[in-house]
Parts: sequence; structure tokens; C-alpha cells
Amino acid sequence: MAELNPKIPKGPLTSKWTHYKDHQNLVNPSNKRKLDIIVVGTGLAGSAAAASLGEMGFNVKIFCYQDSPRRAHSIAAQGGINAAKNYPNDGDSVYRLFYDTIKGGDYRAREANVYRLAEVSNAIIDQCVAQGVPFAREYGGSLENRSFGGAQVSRTFFARGQTGQQLLLGSYSALSRQIKLGTVKLYDRHEMMDVVIVDGKARGIIARDLITGKLERHFGHAVVVATGGYGNVFYLSTNAMGSNTSSIWQIFKKGAWLANPCFTQIHPTCIPVHGDFQSKLTLMSESLRNDGRIWVPKRKEDAEAHRNGKLKANDIAEENRDYFLERRYPAFGNLVPRDVASRAAKERCDAGFGVGETGLAVFLDFKESIGRLGKNVIEDRYGNLFQMYEKIVDENPYVNPMMIYPAAHYTMGGTWVDYELQTTVTGLFAAGEANFSDHGANRLGASALMQGLADGYFVLPYTVQNYLSGEIRVARMSTDKVEFAEAEKAVQTRLEKLMAIKGTRSVDYFHKELGKIMWEYVGMARNEAGLKKAIELIRKLRAEFWKDVKIPGTLLELNVELEKANRVADFLELGELMANDALNRNESCGGHFREEYQTEEGECKRNDDEYKYVAAWEYKGDGDFLLHKEPLVYEEIEVKQRVYK
Amino acid sequence: MDLTLKIWRQKDAKSTGKFVTYSLKNISPSCSFLEMLDILNEQLINKNEEPVVFDHDCREGICGMCSLYINGRPHGPDDAVTVCQLHMRKFKDGDTIVIEPWRAKPFPVIRDLMVDRSAFDKIIQEGGYVSVNTGGAAEANNILVGKENSELAMDAAACIGCGACVAACKNASAMLFVSAKVSQFALLPQGQVEAKQRVKKMVKMMDELGFGNCTNTYACEAECPKLISRSNIARMNREFMCAKVI
Repeated sequence: MAELNPKIPKGPLTSKWTHYKDHQNLVNPSNKRKLDIIVVGTGLAGSAAAASLGEMGFNVKIFCYQDSPRRAHSIAAQGGINAAKNYPNDGDSVYRLFYDTIKGGDYRAREANVYRLAEVSNAIIDQCVAQGVPFAREYGGSLENRSFGGAQVSRTFFARGQTGQQLLLGSYSALSRQIKLGTVKLYDRHEMMDVVIVDGKARGIIARDLITGKLERHFGHAVVVATGGYGNVFYLSTNAMGSNTSSIWQIFKKGAWLANPCFTQIHPTCIPVHGDFQSKLTLMSESLRNDGRIWVPKRKEDAEAHRNGKLKANDIAEENRDYFLERRYPAFGNLVPRDVASRAAKERCDAGFGVGETGLAVFLDFKESIGRLGKNVIEDRYGNLFQMYEKIVDENPYVNPMMIYPAAHYTMGGTWVDYELQTTVTGLFAAGEANFSDHGANRLGASALMQGLADGYFVLPYTVQNYLSGEIRVARMSTDKVEFAEAEKAVQTRLEKLMAIKGTRSVDYFHKELGKIMWEYVGMARNEAGLKKAIELIRKLRAEFWKDVKIPGTLLELNVELEKANRVADFLELGELMANDALNRNESCGGHFREEYQTEEGECKRNDDEYKYVAAWEYKGDGDFLLHKEPLVYEEIEVKQRVYK
Repeated sequence: MDLTLKIWRQKDAKSTGKFVTYSLKNISPSCSFLEMLDILNEQLINKNEEPVVFDHDCREGICGMCSLYINGRPHGPDDAVTVCQLHMRKFKDGDTIVIEPWRAKPFPVIRDLMVDRSAFDKIIQEGGYVSVNTGGAAEANNILVGKENSELAMDAAACIGCGACVAACKNASAMLFVSAKVSQFALLPQGQVEAKQRVKKMVKMMDELGFGNCTNTYACEAECPKLISRSNIARMNREFMCAKVI
């Protein structure tokens, strides 16, 4: 039975990582060549890890479901990446970045991991600059910074509104160099189907070639899963269409516990849903809230008239507008944190004041700032975002207020890992958004890119080597071994079962239905009755899926519907675990808001006495999950209530 | 709106493909082009027919995966967008829309509208990087980059690797794609050490993979969803000449 030991090094917080690096076990160059590592996923964490491990001399195999490693969804991150460089001389430090991240996560993240993240943040910027990432510059040629939510300093580095793209292309270029050198072998259009465990250690994966449909066996002395978050459980999210939970769900079933699955981030400023054919939601940078005012009509009849297209936003008189964030949070106004802004918008729409075709939208109005600053200033600041909005919505946001609504964006929860990013399965590691490690119950803006690259460039190369130092006597295994054969057979059986259903409803139907349940009951605001209902509904839907899903085509060919069905089958199980986790956590913290636990002003009410722990779930069987707790011990930081008023 | 779609269907790389005509009713103008195809596929599945295969992922114009040739234009009739950001309001009720895959020899069709663009990865693997290992990088602000060059490098680096430039070109030339990467590093101090080797190797690989030559018609620039400038091609030619001569 796996033990829940975070393996945090001894000693003062500031020297734990140095101590670890100084005392880790190494592998000599001739042995490195004999050791194979499998990396799944080519986003920031996966590509950075694969490139770095390849440079060190290990044999790496890397897998992605897309046609190229450069497509991974890290590419879509807009805003920036945090680091504690203190270039603007505004008082930043490693400690401050650490502190802001712990506080931003509402005191539900592990101190030692977060401190290490802050500690390596500066090296990430150095590394990316050396690779030729075109970060924004000052006229003197030095790097430029801007400010982001949750911090009083300007510590965010950026490359226009495409920081994720440029960082990913940086790690993709490092990966490409290793592919050319032969240390890394790329398997594109391949999807991981299961992990293979031999004598209690991860020793490989079963992958499906998405073009031929054939199953393949791949051996590795260690396996790294870096396959991103599970936001698509909501169907509509800012994630890519192919983003999925399947690899972390497969390893969960094989013994890698899953932590805090209910910690999901709903981003307040997204373009609203415009019809039931909609496939994804587009994020508008939260920087817009610096100059935009958020409002809904004060009178229900005005809201209804807008929904029916009979009344335009600009025709609603000033006295009939409800600037609800400014009203409820006079101190922070439109700049309250993401979770607070999202919940407040939902509350107004639920109460019948929502606007737009569906009634699920609020206005984000720049009229006042355009009047005060002039159109040119607004265009300088947000021109590209305004243009993107106009392309999608076909309305001019300089004239008519934007309409926005919250959308699922990021998942703080994920595979439980110890300080070495090792899961509860020996030799199996999880990195980036796929793990639960650094963001607690809420992630701050510009910190996801930081964590992905920290894990890939600066943590795994040390910890994986430390693990492999104990494996140098293990020869490459034949994939004819019974463990590989059995794992492949189980995958084959599952795929055959899916194909044999030959039901009447498409995969998308089930995914959309699941999304509705998750959004309604396990979304921005949760309560006991709703969560219990969600569990019941998900179970029913899952049973229906396995009886009635319709997948055209055959197994041994390119079959997009089969790929989707396999992923949705996993979402249908994950959703139930998320509801269970939310039900267990009788408190509100960060992105997890339980309606029963709020202050009189409607803010999150944490319960540190009973819930200051990481909830790590163990898979026991279909719909059967066992809770383990990792207590969170704060030695450096005083735990406080977050206040925004 | 009601539409007639003529879509290229091809079972696999070896089979012969053909156009198949579909009619689609009641499409909302606010629907995106790919959502329109989702609706078609849902209907095909319900009729026990094979859905149309096409590449797509982020659906916000940045991953570069979507790749449809619509009415004779890569990414369709709108300017400076990928297919996933193209909306049906750009079409009219009753329109016939012809949808093809990228047509270029180095991008063989995998199935229907999906093509293999791994040739682009191979070009990058030849030298689309600065050879620097993880760890040991110098303090970032030790490398100063003038704002003008930094902005030009970013303009070039904005390429999403979708392949529209190749699809638009009558010669199936990859000059815009390759020159964008060459330019990014040519404009930055980090790229100088390997500049000559880089441009020679990348151009050689581009030629070996069967991409055509540039005859300066600039269809690539006109169709690029990220507005990558043809001046990158001029910069690459200069880099290439210098590398050969000096």
C-alpha cells in the first residue's frame, strides 16, 4: 500500500532545495545511455523535461496526440510568466513570490514546493532568454515587466499577448534539437492508453497510434505524465478540444492518487456562450478589468428586453444600471479576484438580470474610460483584444459594451505528487497542470507557465535522475513481458467494448450533458444537495453512455469519434470524484465555494481546523474512492483570512 | 442559413479522393466554421455515415492545427484569422462552400481534410533553435536587445506553423515559414553564433523535403493568419547569401 509521504527535505525552508540538490544521487554518463524515460505530453512541462533529460544523456521517448509537439495547449496562454527578478526595483523577492502564491492559493498548497517554485523562477527567465524567446523589452534593451492580479509588484514577463506561445516554441526548439541529436524520439499523433507497472514500479505505457489505430507497447525505466488539466470535464472551457483527463485517470486507476480534484478555476472574463452548437469558450485577458466597468440592468424588464433584442445596452439609462462589483466590493470594485468576480456575475444572472441572447452574460463597459482617457489610449492598451472580440462576436466594443461570462479555465487539482514530483506509484512522475502541486485552491495569473517550466527544466531533471540512480542495474525490459501483454489486452478489451455498444447517441451528446451537470452543480457555487444530485446524475449518465453511445468506423483506423469516446468515458468517472471531493470539503476556499460556508458578506469561509489538508483520493473501484489526508503544515507563513473589501 | 458543402473525402493516404456534396440547413451566422462542421458530423453520425476528419485543437487561433482550404483560400475568406476563428456570418444563405485539405506534395493527405505537416518539424529540427542546454544560462539582462529588433523578432516568432503559406503558394514553397524562424534568430544576439549554419541547414532540408521555390508572388503573406511579413523572406535570402559567400 502506497504511503502518503511528501518527502519534504529537512532543514530551513530557504535551503531545502539546495540541500536536496547537493545530496541527490547521480547517474554517470555511461549508465545514463542505458536508461529510458517516457514523457507523455509536449506542453511546457513535458517538452522542457524531455529536452533537459535528453541533454543530460538519457534516452527519452515523448508522446503527443497532436500532429506536432508545438500544438500543446500551453501555447494558448496569453498574459505572462512570473519571476522574482525584481528588475523594476519595487521590492520583489523570492520570499514575496512564495508568499503571494501561498496566499493566492488560499493556504491550501505545500510550503516547500511553492518556495522551490519561487526559487527557480529567475532561472526560467534566464533560460528562455538564452533560447531566444522574444520577451518584451524596454528602450534600453532590458526586459520589461508588467503587473498582474494578486501581487503588489510588477513581476510578470511577457511576449505581447502570446507569452505561452513563445515559451512553448522555446521548449519545442530545445526538444527539436534533441530529436535531431537522437536523444529524444518523438511519437506524434499517439495517445497514451495506460501505464504498465512491473513489480510495483512504472515501466512503460501502452499507446495508440492515432493514424493506424494500432496499440503499441513502450518500455521506460521511468514515466513522466505531463498531460495538462481536466477543465474539459465541463465540456465548455477555455481548454483545447483535445485536452483530456485520460492519462491522469489511467494512472489513478493504477494507484497514483488524485489530489484536490474539486479545485477548479473559473475565469470571469470570457466571451459568453452563443448557442448549443458552441464547442469552446474564448478567454479575454483579465487586464480588461483595469478600465472596464461590469454591470447588468437594475430592472428585470430591461434585462429581458435586451435578451429579446428589443433594447440596446446604450439605451439603458445610467440610473438603471447596477455596477454590482462596485456596489458589493467598494474597495476593490471591478478588480476583485477571479473567483469573486465570477461568482458575483453568476449570482446576478441566476437572479434574472443577465443579458444577451441566452441571459448568461454581463456587460463590460469601456464608455467611461474612453470618455476619460480617449479612444486612442484604450486602443493602445487593449487593441488586439478588442479586435479579437469583434471577430468572434461581430460587435464593436468601442461603441457597444462587451458581453462576458465566466468559464472553466484551469484545474489546480491533479495527480498527487511528493516533493520530487513522484506519484504514489514508484517511478511514475507528474508535472505541470497534471499535478496538484503548487497552486492550492486558486492559481494566480501568470503562474501556470512558471510552474510548467519549473517542473520541466529545473525539478524533474534532478528528481528523475535521483530515482534512476537506483535503477542502473535494471536492464531494458522486453515488452513481451506479461505485464505489458496484460495492460495491452485490457486496453484492447475496453476499446472493443466501446465499439460494440453501437448505440444511438453521439459522443458529443454525452460530453455536453456531463458538462451541463458539472457546470450546474460542481461549478462556481456548490452545495450539499446539489453535489449529491450531481453524483446521482453522473452515474445515470455514465450507465447510459456505456449502453447507448454510437461510435462509427472501426478500431484499426483513424477514428476521431473513438478517441473522443475514450476520453469522455474517463470524464464521466472523474466528474463523480470531483463532486465527492467538493462534498467532502465542508468549507469554502479559493475556487471551491460551498454556499453553506460563507461569511455574512458572501465571502469564502475556510475551516482551517478541519480542512487544512490535501485531499488525496485512492481508486477502489467504479465510483468507489478512498480519502487520504496530507496535513498542510505552515512553518514560515501565518495563515490568515483573505480579505478584499 | 442553408448551405451546400462540397467536401474532399479521402479514406487514407493511398486511396483516391473525391468531392462529396452535403446540404446543411439552419446554420446560425454566429456559428464558427468548425462548429458548422461539427453540426455536419453530428448529422452524418446519426445517419450512420463516416464523419469528416479535419485537424483542429485550440479553436482560438494559436495552436496552428486547423488547416482548411475554403473556396480556394487557406483559412477561408476572412483576413488574418485561422479557420477556427472564421464565422459563418462571412457567408450568405444559399452559398456553396468548397472545402479541401492543404494541397502540397510535402503535406500528404492522411484522411479527408487532415494532412501530415511533420515536414515543418523536420525543418525546425535542422536548426530552428539556439543550441543552449538547460541550466547555466547567463543572467537574462546581460543580453540586451534593442526594442526595435525585439519587436521585429516577435513579429516573425508569431508564426503558428499552420502551413497556410505553403498551401497558398502555387509552388508549395515554405519560404515564409522558414524565413520567419531564420529571421527571429537573425534579429537577436542569441542567434548570431549559429546563424550561418542555421540558415544553410534549414534551407537544405526545406529543399530536400520537396517544398518549391519562391517566385515572389507573396500569396503566402496575403493568406498568413498571423500577418507574417514577406520582408522575412528578403532577410533570409540575405542571410543565406552571406552564409554561402563569406
